[in-house]
Amino acid sequence: MSESEQIDDTVPGDQHISGDETERASTYLIGLGLAVLLTGVSFFVARTTLVWGPSIPIALVVLAIAQMGVHIVFFLQLTTGPDNVNNVMALAFGVLIVLLLLAGSLWIMWHLNHNMMPMDRIMQMQR
Amino acid sequence: MSAFQGIAGPHPVGRGARQPTAEHGARGLWSKRIITGYGFWIFLLSDIVMFSAFFATFAVLVDATAGGPSGKDLFDLRSVGLETVCLLVSSFTCGLGSIGAQTRNGLWFYSAMTVTFVLGAAFLGLEIREFASLVARGAGPARSAFLSAFFTLVGCHGLHVTAGLLWLLTMMAQVFAKGYRPDILRRLLCFSLFWHTLDIIWVALFSVVYLMGFAP
Amino acid sequence: MLGKLSWDAIPFDQPIPLFAAGMVGVVIVGVLALITLKGWLPYLWREWITSVDHKRIGVMYVFLAMVMLLRGFVDAIMMRSQQALAFQAPGYLPPEHYDQIFSAHGTLMIFFVAMPFVIGLMNFVVPLQLGVRDVAFPTLNSVGFWLTATGALLVNISLVVGEFARTGWLPYPPLSELTYSPGVGVDYYLWALEISGVGTLVAGINLVTTLLKMHAPGMTYMRMPMFCWTALASNLLIVAAFPILTATLAMLLLDRYLGFHFFTNEAGGNVMMFMNLIWAWGHPEVYILILPAFGVFSEVIATFSRKPLFGYRSMVMATMAICILSFTVWLHHFFTMGAGADVNAIFGVLSMIIAVPTGVKVFNWLFTMYGGRVVYSTPILWSLGFMVTFVVGGMTGVLLAVPPADFLLHNSLFLVAHFHNVIIGGVLFGSFAGYNYWFPKAFGFRLHDGLGKAAFWFWIIGFYVAFMPLYVLGLMGMTRRMQHYDVPAWHPWLLIAAAGAVLILVGIILQIAQIVVSIGHRDTLRDTTGDPWNGRSLEWSTPSPPPAFNFAVLPLIEGEEPYWGIKQRAIRQARLRDEPAYSEIEMPRNSPTGFICAFFATVMGFALIWHIWWLVAVGALGAFATFVVFAWRDEDEYAISADEVARIDRANRSARAEALARLQSAR
Repeated sequence: MSESEQIDDTVPGDQHISGDETERASTYLIGLGLAVLLTGVSFFVARTTLVWGPSIPIALVVLAIAQMGVHIVFFLQLTTGPDNVNNVMALAFGVLIVLLLLAGSLWIMWHLNHNMMPMDRIMQMQR
Repeated sequence: MSAFQGIAGPHPVGRGARQPTAEHGARGLWSKRIITGYGFWIFLLSDIVMFSAFFATFAVLVDATAGGPSGKDLFDLRSVGLETVCLLVSSFTCGLGSIGAQTRNGLWFYSAMTVTFVLGAAFLGLEIREFASLVARGAGPARSAFLSAFFTLVGCHGLHVTAGLLWLLTMMAQVFAKGYRPDILRRLLCFSLFWHTLDIIWVALFSVVYLMGFAP
Repeated sequence: MLGKLSWDAIPFDQPIPLFAAGMVGVVIVGVLALITLKGWLPYLWREWITSVDHKRIGVMYVFLAMVMLLRGFVDAIMMRSQQALAFQAPGYLPPEHYDQIFSAHGTLMIFFVAMPFVIGLMNFVVPLQLGVRDVAFPTLNSVGFWLTATGALLVNISLVVGEFARTGWLPYPPLSELTYSPGVGVDYYLWALEISGVGTLVAGINLVTTLLKMHAPGMTYMRMPMFCWTALASNLLIVAAFPILTATLAMLLLDRYLGFHFFTNEAGGNVMMFMNLIWAWGHPEVYILILPAFGVFSEVIATFSRKPLFGYRSMVMATMAICILSFTVWLHHFFTMGAGADVNAIFGVLSMIIAVPTGVKVFNWLFTMYGGRVVYSTPILWSLGFMVTFVVGGMTGVLLAVPPADFLLHNSLFLVAHFHNVIIGGVLFGSFAGYNYWFPKAFGFRLHDGLGKAAFWFWIIGFYVAFMPLYVLGLMGMTRRMQHYDVPAWHPWLLIAAAGAVLILVGIILQIAQIVVSIGHRDTLRDTTGDPWNGRSLEWSTPSPPPAFNFAVLPLIEGEEPYWGIKQRAIRQARLRDEPAYSEIEMPRNSPTGFICAFFATVMGFALIWHIWWLVAVGALGAFATFVVFAWRDEDEYAISADEVARIDRANRSARAEALARLQSAR
């Protein structure tokens, strides 16, 4: 790489768009539109009988992840450019920890609950 | 020269102050705005991990209703929908407000941030009303483990919103008193990151807690 | 008006705590009187209490850790002596008191000795090694320290006013719920840790941001010293794990204060979820403690072997692997709770896998020493002691990672021996090595080496005499935390263990003597150049102690071990680098925000414990007001003139030029 290339980092939330206020607001508008759409679909999916019942929780999770992605890209302005590497790495680390905690806890607790007698039953036995 | 603004003077070895490589990390000392924003981003990630601990507990305890009411019996989806719209639009107007701060446009800044505050307060009002009605129906947090987990998870988010509203008022007062100073702009950046993240957490909340509780 | 607080809270009817409280009271009053009469209070306020300088804050963290080590060790001596005496006898500590002692011992040692020690070392060293002037958020750094001190203060207040928890260092429900622990003990524990947890999180955020966004020009990530890499991994773990602790303790608080049912026996509460969450924090926590110690050893071993660290890249990989893997093993703390064979097997295998990167590090340290010319100073002795002791402890850990073995050994003294083996052999030995190594940088004079070595020998022999019997006892079936017992075969081992504790006590006394003698002889032990050990990293290029701004001009980094390169060039050319062009430096102003914030946090914590609700509101308002006042200030920096910078730097340059001349004439 030549010495004149300076990779300047960006903060999440900062934009590189210049121009007047309405130009800068365009990303926020697109994000709002997409988010409203995804929210509407989520609420619809939860109440409708048109979707196969057992798939509803998965659909809701997918829609939620999509909407979180919309927020991250359009409101937090997080992109995959080289100026955002640290921000994306930090987010990836956080997401990994969250997944380990959620998946691990659910898996462990399912097994524990399955194997161990509930406390109120134990207490009843002791009376 | 400030301690935090780039390279302080020519270095002692060799000529000039050029960067030897353009590798990431060779740049050295980033600006205060980048440092502050990144530090706050790390804090937000830690906050998300805290919420996930409450989420995990809710998921484990969701069926522990101890013979009492479950989500289906209690949740009012219209109210939740209204709360969602309030918070989502407030996130949008917060974005408009931060544009106003960047372009030093007082009209954009103050009006957008006022709308943000009003919508956030509306969200809180609706949530408090929901909690109060649950308690009145004997479905308070001490009724069962499920309700404890519900009130804590949703309540924690509500507490964050409350703190955010207090912060927003303080920020608007600071801009009014001292103008668009760099340190105040940095704090506004942190506030808008905070506010957007609260909406992201709300997306997970309404999907997993309210909507899934309703799924047939 | 005063909630649950009354005169009954003071243990007038229990002689031992009353005596202890009296002694502590006398010491505190004496110290405060000395400080006030000698007129040191303005200096302490201006230069230390309100300081936002990472070096001062680092020193205060280590000081807090050492004082709390004394308190925690007193608890240990009491436990060892009770167990030595209580064979078919009641001993001298009634069970209600004994339970508080082992709970306080663990809580203090982990949260208020080990954590502050490593955080203090990282705070002091990291900015110097990165070649920058301070951490990312100096005032926040001060807030973090004082909140940690608040937590320590609250735990110590429980000795005098009220009681401490009787639940062990992790308050398992249902014992820790209100039904079975109705007193204030568990509340003291919970609020002390919630408050100091905020402090720790703040330190974690600060150091992660510093390590990722503040380097001297030219210092890429792969040119950072090894201590900085382990500090990065440790602080990433702090940021990721401490929120889980905050959430879990908050849920227990909600159960106790507002009648929630997270972990109760009734209304659907799930006790096992507490264990799951608390260990999801607890396992990363022990890696938070050990990783900086690994970093210290990398620095010390390289410097005193007079060789660069072997296998830098593999060390970095191993460190980051440990960081990620530490989040995948937590179930091994509750194999016996009933998750079943499948779950246990997977976590057992993962727990063995995590030993591999640690093994990589041990081999790299050994290869660093091989072919070097080792200097036998106190820091390297601690490092050698660590390598033997930690490997033993690590092996017993892998043994415990086998679920069928753990079913026999869980909660026995074998477990107690294992974790003391790794924490003392790893964290404490590393902290002592780092303390001896960086003391001259912090204070301008070295510690007395003879006393340091004597202290080391008493510590390491005492450790083995105190803890090897515990392995035997665990295999013989003795459970942990026993207040009395009647198995004759156990008694001789417990007597030996008590003797070991006495040997460690001698080691501690020698360390206190070391400080006293070193201060008395500081002129003979003076570090004139700033580089007493022929170091390799950037902190040794500054004067001892460094000025507030650390570096007159930020160094330009051109490779690993930048300072070593600069020194070798200077020796080859027989002269120092050219004098740089000095310019004005702006540094952050001191601020009482941290101290005042912690004051209100102490008020709030105490009020919450004793249910004095109006005082809680006062504390909360005070803390909020402190933040607003801090946010409203207009002047947050002060300038150091170019002349002043030049004066300080020239003084150091002339000392180094003299040393260089002496070196040249000796050749």
